Amino acid sequence: MFKPSMHLLNKEIREKNFKNLLSMVTFFLFLPALGIIFWLFVKGYPALTWDFITQDPIKGMTAGGIFPTIVGTFWLVIISVLVSCPLGVLAALYISEYAKDGKMIRIIRLAILNLAGVPSIVHALFGLGAFVLFMKMGTSILAASFTLAVMNLPVIITSTLESLKAVPHSYREASWNVGASKLQTIRHIVLPNSLPGILTGVVFAVGRSAGETAAILFTGVAFYLPFLPQTVFDQCMALSMHLFTISTQVVGVPDAYPYATALILILLILAVNSLAVGLRTYFRTKRKW
Amino acid sequence: MKKKIEIKNLKVSYGPKTVIKNLNLDIYQNEVIAIIGPANSGKSSLLRCLNRMTDFNNEIKVEGQILLDGLSIHEDEDSTFLRRRIGMVSPLPVGLPMTIKENVTYAPRMAGCNNEAELDSIMEDCLKKAALWDEVKDRLDGLATKLSGGQQQRLTIARALSHHPEVLCLDEFSIAIDPVTTMKIEAVLQELKKDMTIVMVTNVINQAKRLGDRTAMMLHGEIIDLNDNDKIFAGQINDQRTKDYIEGVFG
Repeated sequence: MFKPSMHLLNKEIREKNFKNLLSMVTFFLFLPALGIIFWLFVKGYPALTWDFITQDPIKGMTAGGIFPTIVGTFWLVIISVLVSCPLGVLAALYISEYAKDGKMIRIIRLAILNLAGVPSIVHALFGLGAFVLFMKMGTSILAASFTLAVMNLPVIITSTLESLKAVPHSYREASWNVGASKLQTIRHIVLPNSLPGILTGVVFAVGRSAGETAAILFTGVAFYLPFLPQTVFDQCMALSMHLFTISTQVVGVPDAYPYATALILILLILAVNSLAVGLRTYFRTKRKW
Repeated sequence: MKKKIEIKNLKVSYGPKTVIKNLNLDIYQNEVIAIIGPANSGKSSLLRCLNRMTDFNNEIKVEGQILLDGLSIHEDEDSTFLRRRIGMVSPLPVGLPMTIKENVTYAPRMAGCNNEAELDSIMEDCLKKAALWDEVKDRLDGLATKLSGGQQQRLTIARALSHHPEVLCLDEFSIAIDPVTTMKIEAVLQELKKDMTIVMVTNVINQAKRLGDRTAMMLHGEIIDLNDNDKIFAGQINDQRTKDYIEGVFG
């Protein structure tokens, strides 16, 4: 009979230890996420009422609710994602499916990587120059959304490129082989199978847009507005900016307000993200390979 | 006999590496031509030239002329029509990530056919020809990627037949299929020969012997031997290397 040697027994123990280490690390990464939400909830609880999320701020933002900021953030996120997704996906499609791999493409890829590394305050200045002043959009929801869109483009392009790469080349060849054109292959084979990955990029983009403060500071977000935006050419308030304002710029704000605002911001992002994750799961189960 | 495909002075290179050098070959209408030869001798590259799959790779350079029914296949900018005329079965099974039905009707749908009844009849016909119908007829709406490797390979054959090609190229179609099913498909190929021309790359020399009308031996990007099957397998071989390969001395 075969008997495991001492060496093999040690291996089993090491195997177990390593698994425990991995689960411990994962658990400790999970803790701060949970901790932040818990802490915000505890500290913000006194301010969390239905009125808080449905009323306008009053008395110089020291009382009332945060409704206009939720509306503003909502519009900024939606418009910026609507702009950056099609652009980013189309650019990634060009790079991955059409462009010949040459010097030009390498330069473009490098530019995208660099764009991802540009600080958001620099994006804000670019947005101010390009959208607010040069294109004469004024400080508006549109200009701020475009600035956010530019900021999110590299995220979406990169995640789309990765998910396009994950579609096996043999699928494309099989489709070409039976006389499908390049466009048909993209439409029926490549895109449906890379959709989950593309949605992951959108999740990141949403999170970044909703939380971004610097990029929208000069381009469309107001400190305080007594009215809701009527068109995309109006300014708006935003949760992230409001959080900054009531935490540092205004005296006499109740202690719980900033915490409650932050909690709402996080919950909003979580809600949009779970929507995207839900969509992703839906597409994943529908198409599997 | 009518010449279906004429290949003249074909030269193919991947960057600095030449994989086919100065190849000339005529393929006649309704014949089965088997191409044998060791790995890396350019057999698959030859097939990829026939349906211009080489267009998609910038590193591949193709020189020379290929005529289909007397007309150059490179004349038309759009290669999708050519690919409908030339069916291709790749060596590795590829079930596209959609249902079995969608897989087999993919080509006609991409060619603009929307008629459900017509699509259904094409599907049934092609699946039967590929000896797959009996196994999948109850789960046509199941995912093709859930099929076994051999079944996916037959699905690939069914897909290649679905656009009624004039020429069918088979690149080692039987590597993932058991001998019994292989025999079934070979019988079907004998039938199909009546209305199409078949170019078959195979590593199974007996398959070339069974199915082919003619057999070509490729080595290092050249055809070193080409003859009718009854001659080549009766020992009428010009090149010693072909003889060695067939008899299993080398290769």
